[in-house]
Amino acid sequence: MSEGIIRRRTRLLLRGVRPYGAGDPVDLLICDGVIAELGVGLEATGAEVFEGGGLVVLPGLVDLHTHLREPGREDAETIATGSAAAALGGYTAVFAMPNTDPVADTAVVVEHVYRRGAEVGLVAVHPVGAVTAGLRGERLAELGAMASSAAAVRVFSDDGVCVHDPLLMRRALEYTRGLGGVIAQHAEDPRLTAGAQAHEGEIAARLGLAGWPAAAEEAIVARDCLLARDAAATLHVCHVSTAGTVELLRWAKERKIRVSAEVTPHHLLLTDERLVGYDPVNKVNPPLRTVADTMALRAALAEGIVDCVATDHAPHAAEDKDCEWSAARAGMLGLQTALSVVIATMVRPGLLDWRGVARVMSERPARIGGARSQGRPIAVGQPATLVLVDPDATWTVCGAALASLASNTPYEGMELPGRVVATVLRGEITTEDGKVQW
Amino acid sequence: MRHLLSTTELRRETATALLDTAEALKQALLGRQVRKLPTLRGRTVVTLFYESSTRTRASFEIAGKWMSADVVNLTAGSSSVAKGESLRDTALTLAAMGADCVVIRHPAAGAAHRLASWVPTHVINAGDGAHQHPTQALLDAATLRERLGTLNGRTVTIVGDVLHSRVARSNIELLITLGARIHLVAPPTLLPWGVQNWGGDPDGTQDQAQNRAERSWPVTVSHDLDAALPGSDAVMVLRVQAERMHGGFFPSVREYSISYGLTEARLRLLPAHAVVLHPGPMLRGMEIAHSVADSPRAVIADQVRNGVHVRMAVLYHLLASQEEQA
Repeated sequence: MSEGIIRRRTRLLLRGVRPYGAGDPVDLLICDGVIAELGVGLEATGAEVFEGGGLVVLPGLVDLHTHLREPGREDAETIATGSAAAALGGYTAVFAMPNTDPVADTAVVVEHVYRRGAEVGLVAVHPVGAVTAGLRGERLAELGAMASSAAAVRVFSDDGVCVHDPLLMRRALEYTRGLGGVIAQHAEDPRLTAGAQAHEGEIAARLGLAGWPAAAEEAIVARDCLLARDAAATLHVCHVSTAGTVELLRWAKERKIRVSAEVTPHHLLLTDERLVGYDPVNKVNPPLRTVADTMALRAALAEGIVDCVATDHAPHAAEDKDCEWSAARAGMLGLQTALSVVIATMVRPGLLDWRGVARVMSERPARIGGARSQGRPIAVGQPATLVLVDPDATWTVCGAALASLASNTPYEGMELPGRVVATVLRGEITTEDGKVQW
Repeated sequence: MRHLLSTTELRRETATALLDTAEALKQALLGRQVRKLPTLRGRTVVTLFYESSTRTRASFEIAGKWMSADVVNLTAGSSSVAKGESLRDTALTLAAMGADCVVIRHPAAGAAHRLASWVPTHVINAGDGAHQHPTQALLDAATLRERLGTLNGRTVTIVGDVLHSRVARSNIELLITLGARIHLVAPPTLLPWGVQNWGGDPDGTQDQAQNRAERSWPVTVSHDLDAALPGSDAVMVLRVQAERMHGGFFPSVREYSISYGLTEARLRLLPAHAVVLHPGPMLRGMEIAHSVADSPRAVIADQVRNGVHVRMAVLYHLLASQEEQA
């Protein structure tokens, strides 16, 4: 898959950076979008110099789960503003979910999203195709046409709704095997979650909010693992939120079933205790769960049972959040806070080192999504698609200051560790010191 | 006290003060021909109801009028809400017109909390989804105090659809705060998740424990009404809403009625001093037998009567006493 347009700068020297945060600082010379030399004291002749000052350098982050809202809800986010948020968050590729209006269920729509992403050029925008026409769960969308389009779609999902009909899910898994693709399932049994507003537990019970039981997720994950096993197909489980799902994934992986899974930053950090007060900024699907779930998810991510972190970045207009809980839309911003939340929940407690961060936020998601030029090693001859991180800095989240059009962040006012200093896409600096290099 | 949103945050002394004020107002009005106090003259109370209601809305209106407040009643069906106006915009409009207090009933849990975050007016929660209905709990507490002398150490059995009941949630929190023991009787399908962990704070470590009675007992749960009645000082029968009857929560109305209905035979299992409460509206023959509803043990009319005084007390504490402090 191509990565958008190559821009004017041809030689860039990153001086004094630490690949994967390990060892002494080195210099990294980038020519024509590729890492040309890696070593100490490299010549800067003809190159623009970026003083790294010992920053951590990682392969550019890859988000398997982004809602860019364009086409349809350009008041909440556009491909341009979402790309900016992604680049500022250290991302070099995003997978754009198909629940737009119109739904990305045809070659025409996915090509539009893909081309618009390339025009903006801040990150590689990979459209995710819908599994079923119109996300209606009745019949397969034209998966083959989307796969062979210019967008070369490899990930298919009805995200937001579950492909709950077991026969349809079976067919989808079988069919995508032939396309070399993956079905990313939003695991939620609709009968068990009718009217659900919050994690089914003590907090929701006291607040009088209808519960979203863990079994509604786990039952679908268990079923889909069995279907993937029998179809020899590839399954990806979106936004794993319960400790029970982790055990099911462990069972499936031990049996070599081809299943991967993602966890969102908010499910690593936030719990249903935030629901007291009913601020819908905390409303998300799947819902915020318990402390025990967040701890199980952190351990699973460290162990590799959960493969990667995906943001489920879901911008919503103010009127869809500044209302009563049950009327509010589910979802929260995530692109610009994801890395910091991972540092807070995984790196600082010692569950992951920087190599681990590269694995769960870049390498694994790139592999799962089939983005071949993303998540590459930091080595000579590899694409210079990178992020530079100051691990010691802290910053305070302010929703209005984020690049997204919407400002529905649950981290408002929170001080988070780690700051993205610069993002590099194929040798071009896309963001530097919190500013987008349009 | 700025708002009355739930009984969860009501401290024991505040709840007791509200009940004492309600009692004082009741005595003050007793036997009067002209039931009008000048206390809230010039204050505007708006009732904003997004659900149909007879007794609660009327009770608030009467409470306001007996205290000389100007009471404006809005219902969702006949207002700009029907034109698609958001709750926030409706609230801001009412605040801009100078409403001093908004009494809200809304099908969404937390609606009153949201309202209180948007407008500077006082907010009284008159029922938000399955969450809370604090003035109902206060009027139940007033009635129980009247009949039983105290709530401290008394056992109140709540029977019926606790899961969807804001009346139950408000009462559980308030009555525990006032020292009562709560026993719930319902089929497992109609109990909230983890309800057996509510109340009870044997360690006394939580802040809330300090607001509560010196001892608080954990909520107990059973599925056998006959066994629960002899040890009860009061039985609170909850309404079974029509939409639950066909929701698969229990096999049939008949089976529910046989297992959980308060029949005349069951009434005889209660101790002599025990009373029967029902928040209304009642489904006679379903959760409560016709003769039980009309028996001298039933204090349902007292509940309604006390409702007016309790709501007067709440309005007084929100609108008048604060002025005196200023």
